[in-house]
Amino acid sequence: MTMLSEPRSPDPRGALWTGSMRLLIIEDDRDAAAYLVKAFRETGHVADCAHDGLDGYALAREGAYDVLIVDRMLPKLDGLSLVRSLREQKVATPVLILSALGQVDDRVKGLRAGGDDYLPKPYAFSELLARTEALARRQVGSGTAEETRYRVGDLELDRLSHRVTRSGREIPLQPREFRLLEYLMRHAGQVVTRTMLLEHVWDYHFDPQTNVIDVHVSRLRGKLDKGFPSPIIHTVRGAGYVLRVDEGVAG
Amino acid sequence: MNRLPIDALNPTETGAARVQKLFRTTAFKLSLAYLAIFTLCAFLALGYVAWNARAVLDDQIVSTIDAEINGLSEQYNAGGLRRLITVVERRSREPGASLYLVTTAGGDHVVGNVGFVPAAILATPGQSETRYGRSDSDAEAHRAIVRVFTLPGGFRLLVGRDTEERDRLRAVIGRAFGTSVAAVVLLGVIGGWLAASRVLRRVDAMTQTTRAIMAGDLDGRLHVAGNGDELDRLASSLNQMLERIGELMRGMRDVSDNIAHDLKTPLTRLRNRADEALRRPSTPDELRAALEAVIEEGDGLIRIFNALLMIARLEAGSAREIMAPLDLGAAAQGVGELYEALAEDQGFTLAVAAQDGVVVEANRELIGQALANLVDNALKYGVPSGGGPGRIVVAVWREDGFARLAVSDSGPGIPEGERTHVLARFVRLEQSRSRPGLGVGLSLVNAVVRLHRGTLHLRDNEPGLRVEVSLPLAQGDAVGAADLDRLEAR
Repeated sequence: MTMLSEPRSPDPRGALWTGSMRLLIIEDDRDAAAYLVKAFRETGHVADCAHDGLDGYALAREGAYDVLIVDRMLPKLDGLSLVRSLREQKVATPVLILSALGQVDDRVKGLRAGGDDYLPKPYAFSELLARTEALARRQVGSGTAEETRYRVGDLELDRLSHRVTRSGREIPLQPREFRLLEYLMRHAGQVVTRTMLLEHVWDYHFDPQTNVIDVHVSRLRGKLDKGFPSPIIHTVRGAGYVLRVDEGVAG
Repeated sequence: MNRLPIDALNPTETGAARVQKLFRTTAFKLSLAYLAIFTLCAFLALGYVAWNARAVLDDQIVSTIDAEINGLSEQYNAGGLRRLITVVERRSREPGASLYLVTTAGGDHVVGNVGFVPAAILATPGQSETRYGRSDSDAEAHRAIVRVFTLPGGFRLLVGRDTEERDRLRAVIGRAFGTSVAAVVLLGVIGGWLAASRVLRRVDAMTQTTRAIMAGDLDGRLHVAGNGDELDRLASSLNQMLERIGELMRGMRDVSDNIAHDLKTPLTRLRNRADEALRRPSTPDELRAALEAVIEEGDGLIRIFNALLMIARLEAGSAREIMAPLDLGAAAQGVGELYEALAEDQGFTLAVAAQDGVVVEANRELIGQALANLVDNALKYGVPSGGGPGRIVVAVWREDGFARLAVSDSGPGIPEGERTHVLARFVRLEQSRSRPGLGVGLSLVNAVVRLHRGTLHLRDNEPGLRVEVSLPLAQGDAVGAADLDRLEAR
């Protein structure tokens, strides 16, 4: 995994993906597809789109995409079959499945078919963007062994000894806080949404209906920032959180 | 969708139309078919009897004739033609069905009780059946079986027997045949008619009920006579189907009611915020804040929408397939841990008291969602009325072969009289809700519990509300519990 020790300029929308993603959106609803293409372009990415399963399959096979965004219900070839076929053809591009069928078992089916993430409709674009970026980043990072130490600015996390230090000073964390920080650091510089945290840190895929995650994050933040001039976990309004070192502060 | 032939179902039909309909019924057609078969059988049986009776009688007649001939031939051998004539003359005078005639070669009457017989019969020796007339009457209307011999000197001897007795029997059999066939046909038609009209009445009643249901009376049910026949079975299956359809319809209506109710307020708020931002000249920062507020409202709407959709899905009974053994205590610990920090921030203490190894067959996500909703409700509505810190307890234990789960708070609770009301409102989802948000959250919990074949009760926590859930233990665990009870009883 590439470490993000260098400061980067924050995107006004909070998206911090430095490289531009090449995306393929396979969605038969032309309005929705056009909206997504436009929104992704505005956030600095390149997006193609296909309106049925067969076109999508052909494009996905030949094009070099970072992430595929696949609607589940598609004419000619449905989303799950499409993903299954791609996987059989050893196409390993990360796939995010979009679906109006927001049930637990639907998510399981989507992941079993070879999808990497699943987002039920209706969704907020910020959620989709964050998840897509996480998938693209994972793709870049794949192939190298998982790091045992994460470092962001003066913050360090050792996954083996479960120690967290900032500027060399040890910060004691609860097990769950450690996992929360671990996830944030693995996705340093990327926006992670509350549902992403709930899924990966607590392994729940339901909607908690309250700001239950916020409290955990704010406690972690309190521990990390106490005695330091600059915050390291930032809230991105309407989206989630990002762990990064602010400009000019990190060394 | 196929159009139903409404005209055919019209209950105000004319008598002729009704009769026509009766003829068209399956029962009547079946009756007619059976009738034809029975008639054919009766026909065959009586025919067989008649044929046999006739054969027996014919045999009898023929053997009587044979005996007469033997006697006469003995007389002839002993005393020649003269003796034969004397014997014939004597026998002819005796009353009875036996017929004798001796003629010359030319056919002239010599002696005998037969007055007339066709010349062709006399001309050909051998046995035959013929008309004849007795010598003591003019009538020719009799029939007989006769045998003709040619005697030396050209004389003819005719010995026969009248078949009147046989013909009478045949007539009797024929009449019996006709009467019984007529009776079979009559009874068959009447029986078919009765059966058909009985069936038709019930089918008509069913049709009317169905029409009423189609017209919107969704609570209508088909009448079940209770005799367990095929129509009853059909009616009760249809009733079960109607019940299920009704349940789904009610669910859908409730969901749409709820969508309307729950989405209206935030939608209005969202619209007003956007409207306000547009109306006033604002700085970019203010506009940005307004937009963010609008997005926040939108997210809230999506959340409500998802919850409602999920309830509908659960009510429809899907998602049952992905259940696996789940340690309920561990699930409670997990959710407790998730909410602990939030509870503390809001001035609550949140404690989880869970027995080990209470395993249920469940969907972890759904149980987690239900637990989260219960804790969330306790946080929202469990603030003690007298002030002071609120206390929320999540308990998991095993009792009476069930897994039990309770979430209790120390808030004002729900008055006993209103508890059933609130519970009833889960089913119909409340129409007027005193505490916004409670409905969707608890409805979702109830839907999850019902999906897991469990029950949900509201009790007094003195003070506060105690939501108790019973879930069936997983198979293996239920055995373990029984063993444990046995050990304890020892």
